Amino acid sequence: MSDKHLSTQYDAELSAISNQVLQMGGLAESQVARAVEALTQLKADLAEDVLLQEARVNQMEMDIDSELSAIIARRQPTARDLRLLVAIAKMIANLERVGDEAARVARTTKNLIESGISTRLPIHDLAHEAELAIAQLRKALDSFARLDVARALEVLKHDDEIDQEFEGLMRKLITFMMEDPRTISSSIDLIFVAKAIERVGDHAKNLAEVTIYVVKGADVRHQGREDLDKAVE
Amino acid sequence: MTSIYDLPPQEKAKLAVRDLNFYYGGFHALKNINLSLPEKKVTAFIGPSGCGKSTLLRALNRMFELYPEQRAEGQILLDGTNILDKKLDVSLIRAKIGMVFQKPTPFPMSIYDNIAFGVKLFETLSRDAMDERVEWALRKAALWNEVKDKLQQSGSGLSGGQQQRLCIARGIAIKPEVLLLDEPCSALDPISTGKIEELIGELKHDYTVVIVTHNMQQAARCSDYTAYMYLGDLIEFGPTREVFTKPKKKDTEDYITGRFG
Repeated sequence: MSDKHLSTQYDAELSAISNQVLQMGGLAESQVARAVEALTQLKADLAEDVLLQEARVNQMEMDIDSELSAIIARRQPTARDLRLLVAIAKMIANLERVGDEAARVARTTKNLIESGISTRLPIHDLAHEAELAIAQLRKALDSFARLDVARALEVLKHDDEIDQEFEGLMRKLITFMMEDPRTISSSIDLIFVAKAIERVGDHAKNLAEVTIYVVKGADVRHQGREDLDKAVE
Repeated sequence: MTSIYDLPPQEKAKLAVRDLNFYYGGFHALKNINLSLPEKKVTAFIGPSGCGKSTLLRALNRMFELYPEQRAEGQILLDGTNILDKKLDVSLIRAKIGMVFQKPTPFPMSIYDNIAFGVKLFETLSRDAMDERVEWALRKAALWNEVKDKLQQSGSGLSGGQQQRLCIARGIAIKPEVLLLDEPCSALDPISTGKIEELIGELKHDYTVVIVTHNMQQAARCSDYTAYMYLGDLIEFGPTREVFTKPKKKDTEDYITGRFG
């Protein structure tokens, strides 16, 4: 397929907005990684910095949104150009939410550090869940950058692993709370953190779904895993 | 070949083009076209200049017969009857399949007579019945309110958009079954264009409408089905919302996204 429009300016606009989305994705991903690092290393400064940077993620969403409206108004996109722009609108909403989840982790981290967290709690299990979620996010952004359907499908097929990790953590934290009621407050905070990280995985899945929509025009939301390959044929 | 251009089962074909080939003298302008046009729906023909979309439209009511060096082979079935059959009276075909051209072509007569002229060729109506028919056609064409007080004035005194609606009124006054529109808005401003597009949406309740347009957004806005043609071939035919969001053919996608060069 020819990748060039008759209008080189249109090409430039589409390529610029795609790059902006990838930059926003990179920032959201680093926010999650740094928030989790702040938690596992108990770094209050780092948690504070994540909270400060959240405004940048929000601003990027608004900037891209405004650019998106301008392109739609000027170009009246169709077919795959239209699908790309519709996808970008959804992607930036998801990435903004990823930023929110990172901020939630950072905020909870600050509270935990201030109130004194028991080192017996399974903080490092959370780090493992976060590694999985960040890897999913990175892979989803990568699949968008390369318009790589196979890679996007991998993201969809591995979403369950984070869910399982989350369930395991829940069970562990409940056990801690039953054994030592003094950990209840911190454990509940960690459950919220684990849930936030699990949501990052869900957003990565949404990003992978819209990438498939851009390339194939197929809507694979709410599809069973066994039907996925058929849907993108 | 035929199958991918077929209509969905809920649609009835009003016109069916079968193995149509068209020649301008030695030039092969339409190549083995197979296409079914759904009843009471708007079908748009799009494609770059010279792709054959106007040629196909003009074949649909044998307009080409005005030119001796042009000929069509194959079949065009209107409700099953082959209208290319030389034994059929061409004026009866055109009474069933009306046409509106790119440039407004009001006759040099009053607004009233512009409408009544065609009707008189096919029907003998009383004065009252003719008045009613003229009003009906002008109302259908969304022109009545603008001209009801000046029906005896010349049609050429109207604005371009009004003239084009007058031509549409003239086309529907003889109560055709199919209306062919050959770039009906290319000479109009956006407001007149908007009115014609609104009208097209109304007309499809009663007529099968076929529109040729260079304006892809117009095809996207006002058609139910779209046919993309290129160099005399029908490349893709399907529901407009699919053609404009998820075309099946790469050539179609390149054209509608502006990657055609």
